Amino acid sequence: MAMNSTGRPTAPTGDGLCPDDLKTFSGSRGLMQQEPLLHEVGAPEKCGVDLPDVPEHTARLGGLERDKTIGLPGLSEPEAMRHYVRLSQRNYAIDLGLYPLGSCTMKHNPRLNEKLARLPGFADVHPLQPQSTVQGALGLMAELSDWLVAITGMDAVALPPKAGAHGEWCGMMCIRAAIEERGELDTRRRVLVPESAHGTNPATAAACGFEIDELPADATGRVDMEILRTKIGPDVAAIMLTNPNTGGLFERDIREIADLVHEAGGYFYCDGANLNAIMGKTRVRDLGVDAMHINLHKTFSTPHGGGGPGAGPVVLSKRLSNYAPLPYLVRNGDGWALIEEATQSEAKPFGRMSAFHGQMGMFVRALAYMMSHGADGLRQVSEDAVLNANYLLARLSEEMSPAFDGVCMHEALFDDAFLKDTGVTTLDFAKAMIDEGYHPMTMYFPLIVHGAMLIEPTETESKESLDRFADSLLLLAKMAKSGDTARFTAAPALAPLRRLDETRAARTPVLRWKATDA
Amino acid sequence: MSKLYYTEDHEWLSVDGDTATVGISTYAAGQLGDVVFVELPEVGKTVKKGEDIAVVESVKSASEIYAPVSGQITAANAALEDAPETVNEDAQGAGWFFKMTISDAAELSGLMDEAAYAEFTKE
Repeated sequence: MAMNSTGRPTAPTGDGLCPDDLKTFSGSRGLMQQEPLLHEVGAPEKCGVDLPDVPEHTARLGGLERDKTIGLPGLSEPEAMRHYVRLSQRNYAIDLGLYPLGSCTMKHNPRLNEKLARLPGFADVHPLQPQSTVQGALGLMAELSDWLVAITGMDAVALPPKAGAHGEWCGMMCIRAAIEERGELDTRRRVLVPESAHGTNPATAAACGFEIDELPADATGRVDMEILRTKIGPDVAAIMLTNPNTGGLFERDIREIADLVHEAGGYFYCDGANLNAIMGKTRVRDLGVDAMHINLHKTFSTPHGGGGPGAGPVVLSKRLSNYAPLPYLVRNGDGWALIEEATQSEAKPFGRMSAFHGQMGMFVRALAYMMSHGADGLRQVSEDAVLNANYLLARLSEEMSPAFDGVCMHEALFDDAFLKDTGVTTLDFAKAMIDEGYHPMTMYFPLIVHGAMLIEPTETESKESLDRFADSLLLLAKMAKSGDTARFTAAPALAPLRRLDETRAARTPVLRWKATDA
Repeated sequence: MSKLYYTEDHEWLSVDGDTATVGISTYAAGQLGDVVFVELPEVGKTVKKGEDIAVVESVKSASEIYAPVSGQITAANAALEDAPETVNEDAQGAGWFFKMTISDAAELSGLMDEAAYAEFTKE
């Protein structure tokens, strides 16, 4: 055996094999360290910082002083630091690998965006600063608005919404305000929502006080036009439609749908979650849309999914622009001003939906993304996203079963027919993907497809990355068909935690830590 | 002697005279997966056929339960609120959702019997 001068072996010893079920004494799995809750790491009697003793004082809380300790754990700085770094190591992120979560557009967050968002002039502004001191930030918001209007062809944009569902609410409140002004709020009660819609669509319409009427899909996975015609009437307030829809399919009859709804006096709300498929290719205005939210955290690459707050600006048609919420930007000489109060407004804002004007950091990132791509680059983003999804659809169809015939837009949808009689479910298949090092695709959604698997690679992935992913999935599918069920039903075997008991979590959830002796 | 009917929404009705006991079919319970929450209709409520009156939520999805016929709710199986797993264990027995009166017996003619439902769920 090769040895160095101090007797340390320099080559592996033994046969290099380790028992499959190696259990460690610490509970850690090598560099994947076991991490308890902060309450279990720290203790109330410990303190990580030096605080001066409280001087003699008279309490002025009128008898409302706390009379018990609250039991917050004290931690040293390294304990706190290690806690969060260890947790972050167990997280899956777009920075770690392909994140095929359909309907979520998990794309790379360019570092240029981050650099610009950290410029002090953007990062250190406060929403209550005098407007004269933040003209640059307001100017950026105005420029972002111009880009959003140019991309969609719409008439106005409301920047305040903080997320997709918040944007839906903004758009539907504008529609509600318009109907109210027409004096039809008592009679226009119904909102048409396809069965395949994001759950937030019917939830938003219900939150705005409307009744939901579901639209079934036809055999091609699109809105059933025959049934739509029977449902159109003078009591229809709006239709809420995603295009491409959640099956990853372009709604080919969308113009006709918009016309039918408009002729009946209703409005067309478009869910913009899937804008990444059509940006620069299809002008939203030309589809007859009255309101649409744009998820900056999807299409425009701002961090997403625990990585940062979302932002869901809403573009509006001329018919709805007047009702956009406060605050909004107006020209003020050479600069910009925010209209904060309805009394200052010449329009009829439906109200205010958040304290301030929106997610400044996200605005900077989104505009950086737009400007670094340019108009032609943004068009190519959509082209590449659609190409990547169709490449996966074609390759995976060798072993997996597509939910619908034909090409797709930016996401490929499969059902569980290829797993029939294998004893492996969509859930098992998704868990086995974790062992392969991939975040599972969206599963069991849309609801109209049995055992649905919705895969959205986005333009982020190279052909090599798509091939590695497809190879893994094809081998898994073959394995399931060959009868190797244990590999699936026991998955994940290699994740920090094995399969979680979702049923027990839902039936008897533990929502907060409680001291065992309290 | 009660008679068993099924709806296209995978609900069963055990009809005895002008009252019915209603639940979801064993097939539906299997498709839903582990049931984790059940919302029951209010006793005394008058319902129209097709109206959504209850909710069953599993680890996979939340589904509405529709009134299979028109009538009035006379009882709800409160035991399901604490033990929703009963729906999986005994969907067509102890896992019943509610009992109701039937205001129009003619509405039963559009429903399926055991054999027709078995055919309906066959794939």
